[in-house]
Amino acid sequence: MNPYRTQRIAFFLLFMANALILLLVGFVVVVIVQKGLPAITWQFLSDVPRQGMRAGGIFPAIVGTLYLVAGAIVFALPIGLLAAIYLSEYAKDNLLTRLIKLAIVNLAGVPSVVYGLFGLALFVVFFKFGASILSGSLTLGIMILPLIITASREALESVPQSFREVSLSLGASKWQTIRHIVLPNAIPGILTGTILGLGRAAGETAPILFTVAAFYLPLLPGSIFDQVMALPYHLYVISTQVPNVDEKIRYGTAFVLLALVLFMNLIAIIIRYKFRMKKKW
Amino acid sequence: MRKLREFIIEKLVLLCGLASIFFVVLIFLFLLREGLAVFKTISPSAFLAGKSWYPISEPPQLGILPLILGSLVVTFGAALISIPIGVGCAIYIAEIAPKRLKEILKAGIELLAAIPSVVLGFIGMVTLVPFVKTVFHLPTGLTALSGSIMLAFMAMPTIVSIAEDALYSIPKTYKEGALAMGATHWQAIWRVMLRAASSGILAAIMLGIGRVIGETMAVMMITGNAAVIPHSLFVPVRTLTATIAAEMGEAVIGSEHYFALFAIGIVLFVISFAINVTADLFLHKRQ
Repeated sequence: MNPYRTQRIAFFLLFMANALILLLVGFVVVVIVQKGLPAITWQFLSDVPRQGMRAGGIFPAIVGTLYLVAGAIVFALPIGLLAAIYLSEYAKDNLLTRLIKLAIVNLAGVPSVVYGLFGLALFVVFFKFGASILSGSLTLGIMILPLIITASREALESVPQSFREVSLSLGASKWQTIRHIVLPNAIPGILTGTILGLGRAAGETAPILFTVAAFYLPLLPGSIFDQVMALPYHLYVISTQVPNVDEKIRYGTAFVLLALVLFMNLIAIIIRYKFRMKKKW
Repeated sequence: MRKLREFIIEKLVLLCGLASIFFVVLIFLFLLREGLAVFKTISPSAFLAGKSWYPISEPPQLGILPLILGSLVVTFGAALISIPIGVGCAIYIAEIAPKRLKEILKAGIELLAAIPSVVLGFIGMVTLVPFVKTVFHLPTGLTALSGSIMLAFMAMPTIVSIAEDALYSIPKTYKEGALAMGATHWQAIWRVMLRAASSGILAAIMLGIGRVIGETMAVMMITGNAAVIPHSLFVPVRTLTATIAAEMGEAVIGSEHYFALFAIGIVLFVISFAINVTADLFLHKRQ
């Protein structure tokens, strides 16, 4: 066959593969927005679930998710950032560094439900935190650690070497250089990674199944040792565990969760974009 | 004083650097600690090859073969769909798409990666499951096939982004050489670039499959959750991950059932570890 015709056919098929994926992604988003948006009222967002979750709102689940995400980031950001600083500024090219990188890759690949098991065994049972915000946040925190390390490391490494050399040649110590020269220039990248981590933590269900999520708990938590409802688990519950839930409530919950996660991603994209415009090097 | 501060900070930073290794080891140790207890009552071979999973009958039957096969069937189906489409997308984005279109496609793939799995599971339940049911005239749409389609979709961001990186990182001279010899753009891609990027693409496929095996919520919501040995793609199945997620809530802490679920966790951990280490080796071979 004529090679140019083969090329045309091949390129067309490749284009179709992309079109298919893009169409499906668009379909998912459009369906949720179209059917979920009408369900969003002030009452839906601010009321507790009523009548066995068949009426009322999802306020406790929203609050629970926000608590969990905040807890996860408080734990994961300091450790993740310092780990990234180690890899980018201090680590030599040796076996230890190779092992750390391999561990990060593996941590990112551990199935989310295995994180749930781990959180159950370590935090809930061994440390006796019980099913609580603390257990859930720590579990989610460890889960998003690799994401934060990788993003922060990339941000740190993209700061030109000459910045460091100038600072060191002016008599600054290594830490002063990192603290005052490297970090400020890497902030947008670190922020982007952190926000993406937040979005990931907000959407995950499996890690919180046995560590914190409450089936039905129309109260707001009083301390970090309380259970909470969470949006992704609530969506799972009302779509599979409770019969005869109004479609509107299901779509509404899916919409709020998706909107929350996509909003965070949008902020991350905007920061990245603005930074690229402003970049001095 | 300044020296002391530098020293302390350096050690603190090192400590956090080691945290990843620490957590991987900790996860494995705690899975072992809870999971190995099941082998006091059942031999590892009976556990892995046992054909019935009735964890709450008396005495409990804890054979996970139906669950392993459930995961395999779903994964196999997902791989069949996602590998050609995913690699195709990567080639198109890396080589063919004009710049503007490329940005749009990449944004679309990123958007897909961001959608929580429980949301995809929900959408799968209300759209894909009835679709599969009517198209294939099945008594239920909650089948391995629905799971495969959904997981193929969910593996796409992993496969596309890593395969695309692999294609980018081939030296430009390879392609230029092929074109200079009179090859068409497609011949250069098919005969030269894909071959040069093969280890990276293989890594992309492996990591995509790793994602599929580990996926939990969506698969639990749309595969029907029947812990029986599957004989085709058109029957309900239950995967390893879904079993843990669905049953841990009811398992009594310290019971055989509880230990068995942790033992399944060990199996999953070992699989994901093997996949990630191998994929990492492939990715480094390239450089």
